[in-house]
Amino acid sequence: MADPKIKDVLLEPILNNNPIALQVLGICSALAVTTKLETSIIMAIAVTAVTACSNAAVSAIRSYIPSSIRIIVQMTVIASLVIVVDQILKAVAYEASKTMSVFVGLIITNCIVMGRAEAFAMKNPVVVSFWDGVGNCLGYGLILIVVGFFRELFGSGKLLGFEVLPLSSAGGWYEPNGLMLLPPSAFFIIGAFIWVLRSFKSDQINRDPVL
Amino acid sequence: MKFLRKQLDMVEPLFKKGGKLEKLYPLYEANDTFLFTPGEVTKGTSHVRDAIDMKRMMSTVIVALVPCILMALWNTGYQANLAIAEQGAKPLQTSITGLDSITRDYLFTQVLGMEYDPHNPIANLVHGALWFLPVYIACMAVGGLCEVTFAIIRGHEINEGFLVSGMLFPLTLPPAIPLWQVGLGIAFGIVVGKEIFGGTGKNFLNPALTARAFLYFAHASFMSGDRVWTAAAAENGVDGWTAATTLGSMATADVAQAADVNAVSGLSWFDCFMGWIPGSMGETSTLACLIGAAILIASGIGSWRIMTGVLLGAIGMSCMLYAFREYSDNSMVYLSPLRHLVVGGFAFGTVFMATDPVSASMTESGKWWYGGLIGVMTVLIRVINPAFAEGIMLAILFGNVMAPLIDYCVIQSNVKRRAARYATT
Repeated sequence: MADPKIKDVLLEPILNNNPIALQVLGICSALAVTTKLETSIIMAIAVTAVTACSNAAVSAIRSYIPSSIRIIVQMTVIASLVIVVDQILKAVAYEASKTMSVFVGLIITNCIVMGRAEAFAMKNPVVVSFWDGVGNCLGYGLILIVVGFFRELFGSGKLLGFEVLPLSSAGGWYEPNGLMLLPPSAFFIIGAFIWVLRSFKSDQINRDPVL
Repeated sequence: MKFLRKQLDMVEPLFKKGGKLEKLYPLYEANDTFLFTPGEVTKGTSHVRDAIDMKRMMSTVIVALVPCILMALWNTGYQANLAIAEQGAKPLQTSITGLDSITRDYLFTQVLGMEYDPHNPIANLVHGALWFLPVYIACMAVGGLCEVTFAIIRGHEINEGFLVSGMLFPLTLPPAIPLWQVGLGIAFGIVVGKEIFGGTGKNFLNPALTARAFLYFAHASFMSGDRVWTAAAAENGVDGWTAATTLGSMATADVAQAADVNAVSGLSWFDCFMGWIPGSMGETSTLACLIGAAILIASGIGSWRIMTGVLLGAIGMSCMLYAFREYSDNSMVYLSPLRHLVVGGFAFGTVFMATDPVSASMTESGKWWYGGLIGVMTVLIRVINPAFAEGIMLAILFGNVMAPLIDYCVIQSNVKRRAARYATT
């Protein structure tokens, strides 16, 4: 494999190799924390920090990890980073960290973090691994923010807590869409995102196997 | 007729390949085959040749729906007129399109010069039509637009399947539903329930029910509760008139009184069977659904296996729950098995929704399992789940999702049985 370039690992995962839309990783948190745009953004930043740092750390010690216990070593690195991120969030944005509750801690189970450590950082040098982590989480964050944007806008008529569509219960005209507040709505939005994406990039379409 | 044929033949070249309006061919094709029998015959090496095609099939369903449609018109008007004339409700003052000041009240009393009289069938029909027709027109306009857009982009034919979905969906809605919600719902049903999977014949969910489920979760306050089932306003003129369905009043009833369903709901078994009760516009009358069922079964379009399966599943499950009613603190278990069959959307869902040939099981023995599953789930959701008063919609969607699995199991067991019989392994 040719050495990956920083520009490629940073930009490819945003649309061409999106972790959620194409690799189908990290769907769970995309459903859980996207009711509001604010939590989506915080989640995107938190996961980016964890993935970038864990990729760099795993990559730095990759030659010293015995392959039989590599998963457990990666987990230890990731878990430590998640705890650090969780503590920082509690210190900096306490309210937001309370609404996100367990989902910050659950970053450790996010398939993207582990997936990138195992698939990329174990084989590549530190700097490029770091940017690979950032790039993948940009792709992940893009979806999170798109989903959070639509769910908050149509579900509660607000964006980042500011009223955009005045609700009919408060004298406005907008009737909030209750489905958008339920986690399944994220599936519909992610599905629509994938639909739009693949209309433009037809090489991502899964072809039926030829029988 | 010859004149029509000539006119159609004259414009046909415009829509054929290379014609000016080539892209609009699906529109031409839809009109042509709606008016005349399609000229195409089965090509290739098919062995089954049958005069029935998709268009005849769907038209038969529409015919079978006629009793329900008439009942929808009459009962919607009757419930509203009854509440307004004899129970102190006020006419609703919401405008028809939401933009103008023309209300149905204005049209009915001023323009048409009629009175809110529940004993006059004409007044009931006209008042009902004032509620049902705008919903139907909104549904056909928005749904038709989605359908045509996809037909033109994807180059497939416009299908009569939509005529059925577009008819079923309004019948399952409460009368005073805002029209923009109707449009939103059917657009979701057609696009997400059908077109993204490739159009009619490839959808694994029933599009009409997908549309209804979407509205049910997105705008629950317009689709459930006690205040949406009659097209009239409460005394203050703003809120909806309170008229609970049997399922609604049973769910909130006190367990001690629940044994007397007639007293709790104020409706007898016969009322529910005939359908002069508050409810979704076309779903109230079990009798109308039975007439529809007879047409569907006689013409071989609707599967009697599925209908019987649903019936048996529901009776079995509700008998079991009813037998243990003394030990429960849930008032819903006091609803007897016979009553379960006539309240809510059970009859309508069983006859018209569960039997959708695309989303149901394909294998004959699979249809029994599929129907039974829906029946059991319906009663389970009604009785055990406190969040939903009615269960048939979710049960059928659940059945739709399970249908391919049921078919797979049926086919595999058949393969195994045959292998054992011939000892080929």
